[in-house]
Amino acid sequence: MSLLEVTGLRVSFPTSDGIVQAVRGVSFTVDRGRTLGIVGESGSGKSVSTQTLMGLTAGADISGRALFDGADLLAMDDERLRRLRGAEISMIFQDPLSSLHPLYRVGWQIGELIRVHEPEVSKAAARKRSIELLGLVGIPQPDRRVDDYPHQFSGGMRQRVMIAMGVALRPRLIIADEPTTALDATVSAQILDLLVRLQREFETALIVITHDLGVIADVADDVFVMYAGRQVERAALRSTYYRSHHPYTVGLLGSVPNAAVPGRLRQIPGAPPSLIHPPPACPFHPRCRFVMPRCTTDEPPLDPVRDDADPEHRSACWLPGGLLGVGPEVDEARTRAAQESRE
Amino acid sequence: MIRFLIRRVVFGVFVLWLVSLGTFLLFFVVPGDPARSIAGRQATPETIALIRERLGLDEPLAVQYWTFLKNLFRGDLGYSYYNNQPVTALIAERIGPTASLVIGGALLWLVIGVGVGILSATHARSLLDRVTAGFVVAGISMPTFVVGLMLLFVFNYLLSTVLGITFFPGGQYTPLEEDPADWLRHMILPWITLCTVQAAIYTRLTRGSLLEVLGEDYIRTARAKGDGNRRVVVVHGLRAALTPVVTQLGVDVGYMLGGVVVTESVFGLGGVGQAALQAIVNLDRPVVMGVVLLAAFFVVLASIVVDIAYSFLDPRVRLS
Ligand SMILES: Nc1ncnc2c1ncn2[C@@H]1O[C@H](COP(=O)(O)OP(=O)(O)OP(=O)(O)O)[C@@H](O)[C@H]1O
Ligand code: SF4
Ligand SMILES: [Mg+2]
Repeated sequence: MSLLEVTGLRVSFPTSDGIVQAVRGVSFTVDRGRTLGIVGESGSGKSVSTQTLMGLTAGADISGRALFDGADLLAMDDERLRRLRGAEISMIFQDPLSSLHPLYRVGWQIGELIRVHEPEVSKAAARKRSIELLGLVGIPQPDRRVDDYPHQFSGGMRQRVMIAMGVALRPRLIIADEPTTALDATVSAQILDLLVRLQREFETALIVITHDLGVIADVADDVFVMYAGRQVERAALRSTYYRSHHPYTVGLLGSVPNAAVPGRLRQIPGAPPSLIHPPPACPFHPRCRFVMPRCTTDEPPLDPVRDDADPEHRSACWLPGGLLGVGPEVDEARTRAAQESRE
Repeated sequence: MIRFLIRRVVFGVFVLWLVSLGTFLLFFVVPGDPARSIAGRQATPETIALIRERLGLDEPLAVQYWTFLKNLFRGDLGYSYYNNQPVTALIAERIGPTASLVIGGALLWLVIGVGVGILSATHARSLLDRVTAGFVVAGISMPTFVVGLMLLFVFNYLLSTVLGITFFPGGQYTPLEEDPADWLRHMILPWITLCTVQAAIYTRLTRGSLLEVLGEDYIRTARAKGDGNRRVVVVHGLRAALTPVVTQLGVDVGYMLGGVVVTESVFGLGGVGQAALQAIVNLDRPVVMGVVLLAAFFVVLASIVVDIAYSFLDPRVRLS
């Protein structure tokens, strides 16, 4: 049994403009000590999918199942879920400046997490543990910095504080939601290193959310790609990079520098779809270069493709299952397949 | 901190000086002659001249102002033109009712405003929130003297005069140190009057501020940490949301300590505000000068206190 098994997760928000269908049927699993990458453009539903698991999407209509160690997070009573939050499942957010409380010392903020879950721990003991944690995540002179406020740290150091909080109670699952988006490239690499090191050390399961395939190239074991609230491709990391099937994934890879296709940096043309009126059938069809007649009428299921190296490799696209990879030859083959289907 | 204080105090003194000069000059612009009104209608020109001389009104303006400043530095604000009472003594006598009104009222409107504000923010768009919003609009748009007169009508006329039961006497002031229970009975209606508008304003302020804070990323972090709902709202939300409330409180209290004209007058509390009103009508320059300076002093003091409080409330703010 996997640590986390999400099946058929759907999340929508009733708003005055209509129902925002943020997540429309997402399933995935994460195992102990493994890293799952979730990739997709802004607004594709990455944050909502994970925050829903922690009960952080107030006012949403939620359906589906999310078994964490056998217990359904979505059906759990509030108090039980609250006890899991921060202790068993922790979350690291994108912008550490706005995610840390500006008016409390960082040591207090880490100590609070400890004491909320372990009320018997004294303030002094919590402070001592905060100092150790700050040291663990590589903050110099932790015994002094513990009394500083978030604004007295640099961006990278702040994210280290968030990570200290994320690992403080040795959670079994850490969800890092765009942990490096607010940081520059070198700092970003250090932060990812730190996350992965701690994950290995504590045997934690890790979910890394990003809109940049480059970020998870070194850390993820498996990747799933989201588009308009749907999963469009799911595979092991190598398959995602070298044998991608879905045109959206291929497009994302095209916009990553030094990915499989060297030298080219291509944006996916077109605008992200409306989530109130998502495109029917294949949600990517308005922007797809290979769109075929059936793409606009039937929704492609997330089915296995013909990937010998990765039998679990699935993609939701009507193109033939064998057309894998990135590059001009495969694209030509895709174009041909699309033309044939039109005739 | 010390440098900040010195700078602000120097600036404050400068402001007070400007205020005193402005008020002083204003007296020679407004129509009317204090000597004439003191002397009465039938006074002979000689009497009036005599009064002018005694009050120093025959001296050149600059000399008069200089005398005023010199005396001010000795803590002497002169004598009221009307009852020969020293202005300082008059103010000392009048500050009690005003301070009672403002401090008691502020406690009341804070408790109500912040309390109801929190409730309607945490139940945003619920029935409770809508009902509250209605009361807030009503409270804000109700003129203070109407509230005061309504209370007087109910408690003083209907209950007291007609039915003969006196819960809260309307009018007059009993000093706290003389009889605390009676002081309280006399202050209840004025407090409620002062509170109607203020509590409404503070409810709106607290609600808005807290709602904004509750949408912040660090609130989501607090929830993600497993903090309970109450802890999230109070420890994380309210702590940040109260900053504007505290600022507003400092400004309001500082402003009101200089006199709450309407409420004081409706209930005949005999506070600073009422004294000011009388003095203006009487062209009693020394009293007006004293009261205006007192009010300006409280405003200046409040702004310094607010800035210091702010730097304690928010570590990102530095006094400079
Ligand atoms: N509380 C809410 N009410 C209404 N709509 C919401 C709410 N929360 C999220 N959404 C909508 O759900 C959609 C998915 O949001 P989500 O934050 O999951 O995107 P994302 O993939 O994480 O994007 P990003 O890269 O910008 O973080 C967005 O269109 C967003 O506007
Ligand atoms: S199903 Fe059709 S439109 Fe959708 S991604 Fe595949 S080829 Fe493109
Ligand atoms: Mg997001």
